[in-house]
Amino acid sequence: MLGLGKKDTLLLGIVAVLTILAPFIFNPFPVNSAMAQFNAGYPDLLQRFVIFGIFAIGYNLLFGLTGYLSFGHAAFLGVGSYAAVWMFKLLSMNVIPAIALSVLTAGLFAVLIGYISLRRSGIYFAILTLAFAQMTYALAYSVLTPITGGETGLQLALSDPRILDGAASAEGNLPVPGLFGLEMRDSVQLAVGDWLFTFSAGYYFSGLVMLLAFYLAIRIFRSPFGMMLRAIKSNQQRVNYTGLNARPYTLAAFVISGMYAGLAGGLMAAMDPLAGAERMYWTASGEVVLMTILGGVGTLIGPVLGAGLIKYMENIVSKINSDILHGWFAFMPDGLEDFIVSIIYPFIGKGWHLTLGIIFMLVVIFLPGGLVEGGQRIARLLRRRKSDKDEDAGQAKTEAAE
Amino acid sequence: MSKSNLTRRGVLKTGTLAGAGLAVPTIFTSRAHAFTNEPTGGTVTLGFNVPQTGPYADEGADELRAYELAVEHLNGGGDGGMLNTFSSDALEGAGILGNKVEYVTGDTQTKSDAARASAKSMIEKDGAIMITGGSSSGVAVAVQALCQEAGVIFMSGLTHSNDTTGKDKRANGFRHFFNSYMSGAALAPVLEANYGSDRKAYHLTADYNWGYTTEEAIVSSTEAMGWETVNTVKTPLTQTDFSSYIAPVLQSGADVLVLNHYGGNMVNSLTNAVQFGLRDKMVNGKQFEIVVPLYSRLMARGAGENVKGIFGSTNWHWSLTDAGSKAFVKSFGEKYGFPPSQAAHTCYVQTLLYADAVQRAGSFEPCAVVEALEDFEFDGLGNGPTLYRAEDHQCFKDVLVVKGKENPQSEFDLLEIVEKTPVEQVTYAPDHPQFSGGSLGTCNNGG
Repeated sequence: MLGLGKKDTLLLGIVAVLTILAPFIFNPFPVNSAMAQFNAGYPDLLQRFVIFGIFAIGYNLLFGLTGYLSFGHAAFLGVGSYAAVWMFKLLSMNVIPAIALSVLTAGLFAVLIGYISLRRSGIYFAILTLAFAQMTYALAYSVLTPITGGETGLQLALSDPRILDGAASAEGNLPVPGLFGLEMRDSVQLAVGDWLFTFSAGYYFSGLVMLLAFYLAIRIFRSPFGMMLRAIKSNQQRVNYTGLNARPYTLAAFVISGMYAGLAGGLMAAMDPLAGAERMYWTASGEVVLMTILGGVGTLIGPVLGAGLIKYMENIVSKINSDILHGWFAFMPDGLEDFIVSIIYPFIGKGWHLTLGIIFMLVVIFLPGGLVEGGQRIARLLRRRKSDKDEDAGQAKTEAAE
Repeated sequence: MSKSNLTRRGVLKTGTLAGAGLAVPTIFTSRAHAFTNEPTGGTVTLGFNVPQTGPYADEGADELRAYELAVEHLNGGGDGGMLNTFSSDALEGAGILGNKVEYVTGDTQTKSDAARASAKSMIEKDGAIMITGGSSSGVAVAVQALCQEAGVIFMSGLTHSNDTTGKDKRANGFRHFFNSYMSGAALAPVLEANYGSDRKAYHLTADYNWGYTTEEAIVSSTEAMGWETVNTVKTPLTQTDFSSYIAPVLQSGADVLVLNHYGGNMVNSLTNAVQFGLRDKMVNGKQFEIVVPLYSRLMARGAGENVKGIFGSTNWHWSLTDAGSKAFVKSFGEKYGFPPSQAAHTCYVQTLLYADAVQRAGSFEPCAVVEALEDFEFDGLGNGPTLYRAEDHQCFKDVLVVKGKENPQSEFDLLEIVEKTPVEQVTYAPDHPQFSGGSLGTCNNGG
């Protein structure tokens, strides 16, 4: 279907179903229970899951497929955000032109940066992209303050022209990004017993875009162009010796992945119309590398899983404070309670980076293929157990025949 | 391959489906609450959004202590702190409007994005009715805009840039802390009295929003009393060694160095300047001097010996002797074992002011709270008589000019108060050029 093989169709189908049901899947605990702390099914976080999913899918096209480790991809995310917010300020609060412009701007930036950086490969390429990203960050943070808003970030104002729908902002409150009247922050709540599920327009819009981006990534993976990128990854010298010029292919991959980042940036601005320079800081670039490695480099679904895990840690684990811990262990005797809390405390709240670091180390050491490899191992284990049984049955039969 | 079926029945079918699909969003627009996160079930949740990691983590930790203390006092625990000295006696230690106060915390990381994500999760997931905190103007402005859109009240923490209540002001946002303009207006007369009106100033300014507004404020108020500004140089926020910026100061013929730096920047630049022996130099026949517009205790501690005798301004200091300050220092000290910082003070006061406004308004509805806070005059919270101005939601109160103590008694006793600049001297018109270009808009109840 849709030009995909059977397996890929199945994968896309699974991702689509998961995306649609995410508000249920991530809200497994009743609202007033102690475990509600771990619910992640609120619109902002779900939006972050899919948006960073897009970012990581695009990054994986460059890093996983082509083998170029870019350390400055957050720059495109930031550029996309700024472009989108400017579109909201100048043209209209509709998200379509904003996102289109952010993809385009990020693409142009990627051509420029890629053309220069791709003259080198390996560590030199990584350093070049890092340098460019830090330059963009520094420019956005201070030099270009009139365009980017500097430290404060670029925000909407009541006095913005908004040529197409300026009248909408007259009543004294800032207008909200929307899609032909459907506001991105609109949401519907569904209460089932003690459970409360929130469905937000913004999330489903981003989810739809993510599915399109995912579909496109599958097509690129399976195309002759994708095969070429894989050849470059496995041995670029050999590609050169066969008389092929690798540069146009790498540049194309770089630009495509830059446009993915721009798309993610534009969506971020569409969900929350503010663009800050921190989005381009090198730690943000490092984060997408972590996402990809954590999920599984070069796999289709891996980067999305990695993005989800990191964003979950950042938003859920970081919010557990010592009071909540004391609440959990209140049933224990006082001394023991304090002891347990003091052991766990460094790993939660502001220590969430520590927990993430440990998980990252464990994954890299024991599951070099990331979370996807973990899933494959479990699947293989189950299959082997099943086939073992079959084999046992077969052996028993032959024995009987002897 | 798909097969197209352009039959009458097929078109009708798809048409109906598409119509139903388009109509769905319009069906589900009913809203259960009159405003965002209306408290139910006898509790009310406040969101404390402070930097727990990053350059301002120390201040964030102190802010969080103050918030916990405020919640304790609001719920009737402890000794009541400033509730006993507050001029408004609407609060009686039984929560807010009878609802027990609960709180959630988040980490802003001193990044606008992270701060907004954290604030959003408080609003969307934890049902927070008010967000407060922060230790940088960028974060304050970003979260303030978010709260405006979401329809909750934002009571900013430590934010000193003019923009928070200037060009980026919002109807749902309130600032108790003072600002760059007030620092300039308060410092100028003290500088004139001590250093004379014939000075040449050289500015080193942190290259971001707060730095710009502070530089602008200090330049305009010192030039108004006759000083000359020789040069203003921007320094990158990430700079840790300022020696290359300090060396040209001596050649410029300036005799005063103004460090528009905060936090680690200020600690490093001041240390560098003192190590270069600037303060021992005589230029134009006058002693060379250094000025730091915004002081905090944590910075003074970082810079150690070097702050001695250096002038700056601050919002509040624990050595104040009015009843409110004493009550606050006492209950904070008893709970944590050391005196509170100015960041802790402003956060504690903001929480009380919010709770009091709700109590007086008789409702948690944001617009009612805004109305109760606008043009509210109060006293007994440590800064003397204070006004929450309706035009820009900025508090107007006395500003303290401080200087590094020559003989500190303890690690907390680093600053001494030189002068309390009266509120009239730091008041400005709402349309002052340094604050122009924004509009409050109207309050938003969300829903």
